[in-house]
Amino acid sequence: MSIASPLALLGRSVIAMQASVGRVAIFTADAVSHLFRPPFYPREFLQALLQIGWLSLPVVGLTALFTGGALALQIYAGGSRFQAESVVPSIVAIGMVRELGPVLGGLMVAARVASSIAAEIGTMKVTEQIDALTTLSTNPMKYLTLPRLLAATLSVPILVAVGDSIGVFGGYVVGVTRLGFNSATYLENTVSYLETWDVISGLVKGAAFGFIVALMGCYHGMNSDRGAQGVGRATKAAVVSASVLILAANFILTEAFFSA
Amino acid sequence: MIVLQDVHKSFGSKKVLQGINLEVPKGQSLVVIGGSGTGKSVLLKCVLGLVKQDQGTITVGGDILEPKTREAFLEKFGMLFQGGALFDSLPVWQNVAFRLLRGSLKRPKDEAKAIAIEKLRRVGLTAETADLFPAELSGGMQKRVSLARAICADPEVIFFDEPTTGLDPIMSGVINELIREIVTEMGATAITITHDMTSVRAIADQVAMLHDGKIRWIGPVGDIDTSGDAHLDQFIHGRADGPIEAVR
Repeated sequence: MSIASPLALLGRSVIAMQASVGRVAIFTADAVSHLFRPPFYPREFLQALLQIGWLSLPVVGLTALFTGGALALQIYAGGSRFQAESVVPSIVAIGMVRELGPVLGGLMVAARVASSIAAEIGTMKVTEQIDALTTLSTNPMKYLTLPRLLAATLSVPILVAVGDSIGVFGGYVVGVTRLGFNSATYLENTVSYLETWDVISGLVKGAAFGFIVALMGCYHGMNSDRGAQGVGRATKAAVVSASVLILAANFILTEAFFSA
Repeated sequence: MIVLQDVHKSFGSKKVLQGINLEVPKGQSLVVIGGSGTGKSVLLKCVLGLVKQDQGTITVGGDILEPKTREAFLEKFGMLFQGGALFDSLPVWQNVAFRLLRGSLKRPKDEAKAIAIEKLRRVGLTAETADLFPAELSGGMQKRVSLARAICADPEVIFFDEPTTGLDPIMSGVINELIREIVTEMGATAITITHDMTSVRAIADQVAMLHDGKIRWIGPVGDIDTSGDAHLDQFIHGRADGPIEAVR
């Protein structure tokens, strides 16, 4: 009994996890299949683009600005141990564009957007608005999920690109005003060591993270339990699962880019 | 005509519907009554396809309801939800004209708004209500807006889920009268689920009582007081003592 119980618990957890993966896969396939089947809802897509992309800009921008500045200080502190202070501009740029820009941008969007999507759709579910959509001949997956998935997948790379630029600018401000770098040299070192692939790989990550954020928000919202507690649980699950999946996807994508 | 034959539905070990047989002739108003948790809402959701029955068939106009035929059925269908189920993010007129702003019934925006305002007038609301948001309306007004949405595309079949729940007696009377008038003037087939006996007497042509997952009694509304069925008598008189177990 004492040995079997933990094993049984482990078994149940594995089965439950596999069932969850299966449900998310079916949900994803259903949502994406609507991409090729009319009717389409451009107005809902544009609204989602505004909510997910444009309105996330301040939080992503501020995160990138402070991260870029802190990164410059840390690299300078570490680099000075090897008389390698001159690498600050290039490492800040590469670090922001390849890793910190997409990951921190993705996590901030997960906190802001996955929670908001899950709460909105979860509330719609418990107040029968999703059922009402069906009775009004409107497929909820097509009307609610697909526009959000598309908007997040397209807008998060743009947010990442803007965040990268702001992060590099944050490093530049700290480098020039605090660490004594010459402005022209800092900019030259930033540009000369940065490759096109660095930028592209960061944007691909951004698209993947955007898809994950919207998918988790919609999935948990659509599967929300009844009542305020149910919506609360759905919101929490959306943020936690989106954040964990972003970090896991980041490792997988980095490994794939590293091997390529 | 809507026909349900031997419809069963269980959730886990809980058998909610256990062989429902029901016929609703075209243009008739059927009211389904029964205690809380007897499966009235599940019955409606099975017809709508929101819940899939485990066994049995549901036909509308002779066609078995499947995903394809259900789409065609929903085009001619309207529903008033218990809580209104209005879309918070849309102003009242867009809620009412939702069906007319997208899909196969799409109309130009101005025309859709004019129809929405006309339907709002029909349920006793002014044109000024059209640009408000659902959160700015009282419960009674939300019910009226939901009713306007249900009738906006002139449906052939309308479902009413607990139309008077949460309303004061006067507003309940107003909603009941509106439902009766609209169903009569549109010639629509209506199914209402409720446990409000005032609604039953105001809305119904036929009454069906659901108990233990089965239709316990069905007959014309004029016969409910003389049915001789102990379950129905207990329910319509709201007695605690009788064959229906009351938890105290």
